[in-house]
Amino acid sequence: MPAVVNRIRRTFYMDSVALMRISRAVSSLAGVETAALMIGSTTNKKLMRDAGLLNADSDSAGANDLIIAVRAGDEAAAGEAIKEAEKLLDAPAVSGGGANEWNPKTLATALQQLPGANLALISVPGEFAAAEARRALNSGLHVMMFSDNVPVEDEVALKREAKQRGLLMMGPDCGTAIIGGAPLAFANVVPRGKIGIVAASGTGLQEISTLVARNGQGISHAIGVGGRDLKEAVGGITTLMGIDALDRDPGTEQIVLISKPPEPSIAKAVLERVGKSKKKFAICFIGVEDMQVPANASLSADLRTTAESALGGKKIAWAGAAPSAADLAGRVERGRNKIQGLFSGGTMCAEAQVFFKRANVPVASNVPIPGVKKPAAASADAHVLLDLGDDEYTVGRPHPMIDPTLRNQMLGEALKDGKTAVILIDVVLGYGANADPAGELIAQLPAAKDRKALLIASVCGTEEDPQGYSRQAQALKDAGVVVAPSNAHAAEFAIAVQRQLSA
Amino acid sequence: MAEPSLSEKITAANAEAHRRLLGGEPVLVDVKLAREAIPKLADRTVLHAGPPIGWSRMCGPMRGAVAGAIVFEGWARNLAEAEKLAASGEIRFEPNHHYNGVGPMTGITTRNMAVLVVENRAFGNRAFCTVNEGMGNVMRFGGNDQEVVDRLKWIAGTAGPALGAAVRNRKGIPLKNIIARGLSMGDEMHMRNTACSSLIVRELAADLAETAPKELPRILRFISGNDMFFLNVVMAMAKSIAMAAHGIEHSTVVTTMCRNGTDFGIRVSSTGDTWFTGPAQMARGLLFAGFTEADGNVDIGDSCITETVGLGGFAMAAAPAVVGFVGAGTLNDAINYTKSMTEITVGPNPEWTLPTVSMMGVPTGIDIRKVVSSGLLPVINTAIANKLPGRGQIGAGVVTPPMVCFEQALMKFGEMNGAL
Repeated sequence: MPAVVNRIRRTFYMDSVALMRISRAVSSLAGVETAALMIGSTTNKKLMRDAGLLNADSDSAGANDLIIAVRAGDEAAAGEAIKEAEKLLDAPAVSGGGANEWNPKTLATALQQLPGANLALISVPGEFAAAEARRALNSGLHVMMFSDNVPVEDEVALKREAKQRGLLMMGPDCGTAIIGGAPLAFANVVPRGKIGIVAASGTGLQEISTLVARNGQGISHAIGVGGRDLKEAVGGITTLMGIDALDRDPGTEQIVLISKPPEPSIAKAVLERVGKSKKKFAICFIGVEDMQVPANASLSADLRTTAESALGGKKIAWAGAAPSAADLAGRVERGRNKIQGLFSGGTMCAEAQVFFKRANVPVASNVPIPGVKKPAAASADAHVLLDLGDDEYTVGRPHPMIDPTLRNQMLGEALKDGKTAVILIDVVLGYGANADPAGELIAQLPAAKDRKALLIASVCGTEEDPQGYSRQAQALKDAGVVVAPSNAHAAEFAIAVQRQLSA
Repeated sequence: MAEPSLSEKITAANAEAHRRLLGGEPVLVDVKLAREAIPKLADRTVLHAGPPIGWSRMCGPMRGAVAGAIVFEGWARNLAEAEKLAASGEIRFEPNHHYNGVGPMTGITTRNMAVLVVENRAFGNRAFCTVNEGMGNVMRFGGNDQEVVDRLKWIAGTAGPALGAAVRNRKGIPLKNIIARGLSMGDEMHMRNTACSSLIVRELAADLAETAPKELPRILRFISGNDMFFLNVVMAMAKSIAMAAHGIEHSTVVTTMCRNGTDFGIRVSSTGDTWFTGPAQMARGLLFAGFTEADGNVDIGDSCITETVGLGGFAMAAAPAVVGFVGAGTLNDAINYTKSMTEITVGPNPEWTLPTVSMMGVPTGIDIRKVVSSGLLPVINTAIANKLPGRGQIGAGVVTPPMVCFEQALMKFGEMNGAL
């Protein structure tokens, strides 16, 4: 039997909108059919009567009185609802909490709010990115375009327009940059210093900038150019402009250049430009061991050697003695002898392949460097290094640097696979990356005594990163994961352990 | 000198539109019968809110109001006959906007109803709006029974003439400064008119006492019993201001926004009398006790002429209480609604300022280009009508026009200017 209960508060006033909000809250209580809190004006009383909410108790209520009216399944529910209504009347909920700053939705307004801005970071779906970039360039802004899936014709047009205006067009598909100490998109907190970077490779930039930082030096600017900049069609426009900018910059003493192997004509143009500079260059065209470079430049095929050149020849080494490959091989279940690489960083995966190739260890990858095959085409004894950030794995899901779900799943499978002896992994820290990648990884691991394969990881990050290099590295070590001082060391050590197993 | 680019022409034209929107001098000059105020308003013509619509597509409240107006005018003896007449094609239906008029909700206006007359003295044009009838069973919500018709007759025959005489007695009431004061007293002039309704009573009281001493008590009770009395005044005012910005070549500024309970329609300064329409939306907000969203009619009324000149949803920061109808309901939310409207408007109105936002001027002059390119739609504060005629308001909330209106308008503009 439904119950209608009315309670009157004499000479009580509250704003009608506030009352409507309380009415809604009370109406949604269990057992309540409907409820209203209204000042007892004639119009309001008619509304409440029509809603079946009024009884004789409210006859005496007038325009200076508040009526609390509830219709509920039974008396008890109605009574509870009245109590709740009175509670809300006496202590209105503070809604919304603290100040939520307003963020403009358009570039024009953003520029009004921040008139000194000189760079726009664009991260919108690819089909809209070019239009936004044009607006930014028209407004005299440098552009970093995080968006991917932008047609190459648009990239060429935007870069040409930017060049004409003397602006840097970083990207599309530019995931990382550090400009004047400001980390943009996926980037690490590195100290400012004298080394400048121009990179067509996001994790390559991150690995070198963090190796530089962890070895006592800093970065002036790190300019991302987008993965296609050194292709024939684009012609290295941004790479060349980036070199110009760093060459002019009095705060930059030497320049690091990172890219996949460029088209020969573009490599020629870039190297010619390098040769005109008075500054020292460390060049890494990943996997290219041999190429004629100008006298002021050094070339290396891997990121670690490039970082070491930039550090003035300082060797990057294990903290203390390197672990014993023979000892650690003992942890691997007998009969297992394969290395499985599960990389979130594409350049990390490529760099690891360089070390396998150099060591003449058979290797395959879904994103092979020149001279390496895809897993399906490779020999059965090839170790497989996977770039999980490649398009085939990121359709419909976030990049593994953000969301480790896929890598976790593959890690679980690799541990169970009776052939996998060593799992090689990169743990990328910094802005944009997962808040606790080491923790995510450790949560997947069985107890060390039950583990049948060895995990070897490198941590790409700095102490000042939100996740903290030492905290992440220590957590991994505590969980029995070998933590190498660089991605290169991790690859080398994986090979050393595997050799022990085959010996 | 080189011919300016289209973009430069638009910028200049919109600056002119903005100048005109800001430069209006709206004065309430009279209250009189529509047939006197609008001589071209013919017999057997019913003006309605929103873009053009025929009887067959009208929503319930609109039909109810039309039938009531036909009875009020004596063109039919009862509501059944009135509906038959309305359906017969013998009644001419036209938007208020075609007669420089506006009306809230159903917005029905016929020859023998009283209208408020606002003159924009800076530009010499006049605009009209009926007198607000109060809350509940009223024609603007589709009410059409004897109570409604009797009230309209009293307004036309007694209250209207008295108000007209009082207004004339003091040679008009300038409105711009009342709005400015109302904004600092918690009104945004669309959903909240409490302060301005009080201010206008203060303006009128002495003159009413002089010109209509016998009717004074009832008229004062009528006005002061209705927090929304001023809405119709502000609507006529907004129309008089928006009219002045219409017809500027190359301007992409919106000069009309309105809805008829079925369609939403806009008109743009440089695209003449063309209406750009799309389906009117359902408002999001709070409903009175006993109602659900299914009871509501889609968006209706000419009242978003207030947003067209920078009030209503655009001035939400002035009326934090109103934002309680949607979202978390904080002052910050109110301020953010107003700030987001700066992204689709030409510029602020320095005379109508918002105390909660460091005296920022209300964002004024909706630019269809900015709407289409940003995807941000104008925010409109609105009452929600019962979809059944004559049942009144069932809630209030926030609504937006359909994007298609702005897209069509921009396409038309592009065609007219050889940009497509």
